[in-house]
Amino acid sequence: MSTQTEQQKQTSNALQPGTTAPNFTLRTTPNQSVSLDQFKGNPVVLLFYPADFSPVCGDEVSLYNEILPEFQRLNAKVIGISVDGVWCHLAFSKHKNLLFPLLSDFEPKGNIAQKYGVYRKNDGVTERALFLVDKDGIIRYSYVSPIGVNPGADGILKALESLPQSTEQKGDTRT
Amino acid sequence: MMELELTLPVNSNRDHMQGSQRAPVTLLEYGDYECPYCGQANLVVDKVVQQLENKICFAFRNFPLTQIHPHAQHAAEAAECAGAQNKFWDMHDILYENQQALEDENLVEYAEILELDMPRFQDDFYNHTFASRIREDFLSGIRSGVNGTPTFYLNGMRYNDSWDQETLTQTLRDIINKNV
Repeated sequence: MSTQTEQQKQTSNALQPGTTAPNFTLRTTPNQSVSLDQFKGNPVVLLFYPADFSPVCGDEVSLYNEILPEFQRLNAKVIGISVDGVWCHLAFSKHKNLLFPLLSDFEPKGNIAQKYGVYRKNDGVTERALFLVDKDGIIRYSYVSPIGVNPGADGILKALESLPQSTEQKGDTRT
Repeated sequence: MMELELTLPVNSNRDHMQGSQRAPVTLLEYGDYECPYCGQANLVVDKVVQQLENKICFAFRNFPLTQIHPHAQHAAEAAECAGAQNKFWDMHDILYENQQALEDENLVEYAEILELDMPRFQDDFYNHTFASRIREDFLSGIRSGVNGTPTFYLNGMRYNDSWDQETLTQTLRDIINKNV
């Protein structure tokens, strides 16, 4: 499947720290959208994953769901993004009891993933990738995991803790 | 694959351990009592520990994924309550043998079977005496790169290979032989 070189190439395409995070507005439910810039003032964790209901993604979102209090303690928002449609997201979210929103990069398919450099064109899904966007909208951490490997959360938590402390701004908690 | 190191070393003052602390290899598991894979892994670990006898020390930490496993947290608390009465491993095994029956009343029944001091057990259990300790286990796992259950650490480094009996035993033997 994905060779080392392919993996490295994919990794190098991902937007790197220091880059401004492209804004987006994506649906999270059939009649609700979420934009990145509505979280300005808070760090945001973007969790791109290949597909709802696939085994590794399942573990990954469950893990992030479980760690949510840690992210909240650091005033960070967590957002999941895949190319699945909103109805699929709703079912998956319910199935996993998720407490953070899943956004649908569905039409045009993978458009946002492409902007972040984490779209797998041949497979038609996003990479398994993590980005940390700081309170000013700048990417501070980016990581692309091998597609079958759950990246865990140690790296992103460390990155989050090393951000200069914001002034404890509480953002909108609506999801 | 990244090498991931355990951020909170195994320590007899806080961890549940089986076997000699001077054993050449320490195997640590982060597990969830309601996770079916952990149930399978418990059988494997039992056999591996038997095979390697005094050469291995086994430790267990809680990593309950409570949103997908609604009974995992209370099961972990029951094990810790039993641990406070020196019966951690007995409860640990009962829980894994009965993963389909982890309601609170089942947990209390297991405590009775183990002949624990019931008023003390119930006091600890219903007051969630050990909840913070379980959270500490969980967070130490997150910091060490636990990305699902079960996750194993061998002498403080994350084990990324398969945990079937043969592979795990062979890896442990290799470490033991290197250390001899």
